[in-house]
Amino acid sequence: MKPTTVLLRRGRVIDPRHGVDGVRDVLVRDGRVAEVSEAPLEAPPDAQVVDAQGRWVLPGFIDLHVHLREPGEEGKETVLTGSRSAVAGGFTAVVAMPNTKPVNDSVLVTEYVKAKAREAGLCRVYLAGAITKGLQGEEMAEMGALVAAGCVCITDDGRPVMNAGLMRRALQYATQFDLPVMVHEEDLTLSGKGVMHEGPTSTRLGLIGIPPSAEVAMVARDLVLLEETRGRLHVAHVSCEGSVRLIREAKRRGLRVTAEATPHHFTLEDEAVGDYDTHARMNPPLRTRHDVLAVREALADGTIDAIATDHAPHGVLEKQVEFDKAWNGVVGLETALGLTLAAVREGALSLTRAVALLSDGPAKAFGLPGGHLAVGAPADITVVEPDVEWTVDATRFFSRSRNTPFHGRRLTGRVAQTWVGGRLVFENGQTKESRS
Amino acid sequence: MRHLLGIEGLRRSDIEALLDRAEAHLHGSPDASHVLRGKVVANLFFEDSTRTRTSFEMAAHALGAEVLNWTMAGSSVSKGETLLDTARNIEATGPVALIIRHRSSGAPHLVARHVRCAVINAGDGTHEHPSQALLDAFTLRRRWGKLDGRTVLIIGDVLHSRVARSNLHCLTALGAKVVLCGPPTLLPPGLEALGARVTSRLDEVLPEADAVMCLRVQSERQSESFFPSAREFSRLFGLNAARAERLKPEALVLHPGPMNRGVEIAPAVADGPHSVILDQVAHGVAVRRAVLEVVCR
Ligand SMILES: [Zn+2]
Repeated sequence: MKPTTVLLRRGRVIDPRHGVDGVRDVLVRDGRVAEVSEAPLEAPPDAQVVDAQGRWVLPGFIDLHVHLREPGEEGKETVLTGSRSAVAGGFTAVVAMPNTKPVNDSVLVTEYVKAKAREAGLCRVYLAGAITKGLQGEEMAEMGALVAAGCVCITDDGRPVMNAGLMRRALQYATQFDLPVMVHEEDLTLSGKGVMHEGPTSTRLGLIGIPPSAEVAMVARDLVLLEETRGRLHVAHVSCEGSVRLIREAKRRGLRVTAEATPHHFTLEDEAVGDYDTHARMNPPLRTRHDVLAVREALADGTIDAIATDHAPHGVLEKQVEFDKAWNGVVGLETALGLTLAAVREGALSLTRAVALLSDGPAKAFGLPGGHLAVGAPADITVVEPDVEWTVDATRFFSRSRNTPFHGRRLTGRVAQTWVGGRLVFENGQTKESRS
Repeated sequence: MRHLLGIEGLRRSDIEALLDRAEAHLHGSPDASHVLRGKVVANLFFEDSTRTRTSFEMAAHALGAEVLNWTMAGSSVSKGETLLDTARNIEATGPVALIIRHRSSGAPHLVARHVRCAVINAGDGTHEHPSQALLDAFTLRRRWGKLDGRTVLIIGDVLHSRVARSNLHCLTALGAKVVLCGPPTLLPPGLEALGARVTSRLDEVLPEADAVMCLRVQSERQSESFFPSAREFSRLFGLNAARAERLKPEALVLHPGPMNRGVEIAPAVADGPHSVILDQVAHGVAVRRAVLEVVCR
């Protein structure tokens, strides 16, 4: 593809890594940021000029936690439809979880998904490999081969590694690659057959509850193992106050732990289950007001490094069933920005911090390129119209699935353009696929 | 009232109207056999309960309706058909009401959102069993006239009991005080917010009770370690003869059945002077007639 030159004019550039927040011109050349200037720039003769006045020009968002369902469940999502959903939500990069069918515990699956991502040609798709073969929690997968094939972390996401000895060795073994180990923290003997948060709402609905200790006890265990192994731990979808407290304290002591929280966990409470609404069924479950506030505080003070969606597409077959038979998860890529900005407007965190949580934070947590707009950085850029009000309409998602508890919700702030490597991949509600 | 999915959310006046109709049926309301003449009522029992199913069936017949019984063992459900498919297929045969018993909490709510006919919850998972609570309240009201200011003590496995939840809503709506008593492992959080007093000290609260309801204890709860043994449960929470001695002389004893005699209730107490357990069974049909009449109107 021929290199393009783009001049984004007079947008409000927010680059948390470099402390930039102000009107700038951004010049993009050969897929990289070439210049960021307070003074207006002269447009080079070959440049495409974009008027960004009144808009925000942000480092492209990076989602550390998505399920693309390919291979194996292409009826729910594919790498292509998931990529469309990502760029529509302003995400220029995503990390795909390994719980596909077959599981990404081998180079073959990694290469397959990478090929599909190249074919889609929209966002960057990074791969997470499995910790254990087949996510069975018994034998370690070939971590070195996965890393060589390009996996950026390992995780058995969706399941905890219940065997503490195995978890300890995985953390130890990963140190030779300096690889983050992402953990889904759930002690299965405590969560049992639970289907929602244990509290007054589960009691009223007669649904089996999952106590916060199911998560907190595992966070505690893994932080103890982390301290011994001096590895890197990334705690997925933090849902409650107890976990936040332990992670904050571990960071203070200098352990290499990072964490993420989802928009649904910092927006909704367990009461959202309402009248057995399976769209509010997720794992970890929605918790209490107290937990929502604790997660928000952790987002603001740096205890949590990244906002991740845990984008988990499911069809009607998995959701239009009895609550205790429904599958866990919600799609999240296209609502993440609006829900994050809602938290900003409610005073939970600053705009700069919110942008950092969507870009700089995740990039640093996994050591990924991007996440900032310094000269020489990849031109992964999200342009936002901050004041546009819109209503979430699940039937119009780019994702192949519609499972969201936010259908019908009014949100403010929308993605106008998404640029990946200096190429426009989303604009005005349309994805731009490059068909060669 | 379009459906009867639970007691929660019903107004006191709704409940009293149902109990008043039940009273009329108990005395053999003369016009009743025309109410549902030519109509069909479908029993969808995804979980066995001969007692509740038969009671609804008798009630429907007394109103002149035909009853279709769909038992789900070995049916298309076990071949992977979804609950909604089953309910829609049965609805297509034209019943005025679906009476649903299901092991999943909220199953009747899911069906009610997708069918046009009335849905009656005949017990969903560990959520509600509204017709049982209505017949319990009916039994108490016939003895007492009204429930205001009375104290009803419910003992046992509250965590897994749909009877306890429905009774809690129903009895408090009618002005009674409810005390829930059982081992701490079987008392879920948030019961106080629903209006109950909660305790694990049975002998302290027993003398205050105007009525005692023993819940059925499932033996599998023992293997799940909610309590160590049936013997220990019986020792701490069983309504035995010695405890019955300490009841108020006029106190009533209820049990939703089927009973584990010698575990949650001693045989002498179940058959003794306090017991209204057989009244409950007899009242079930009258109450269910009233329910069918109201939702099928
Ligand atoms: Zn996940």
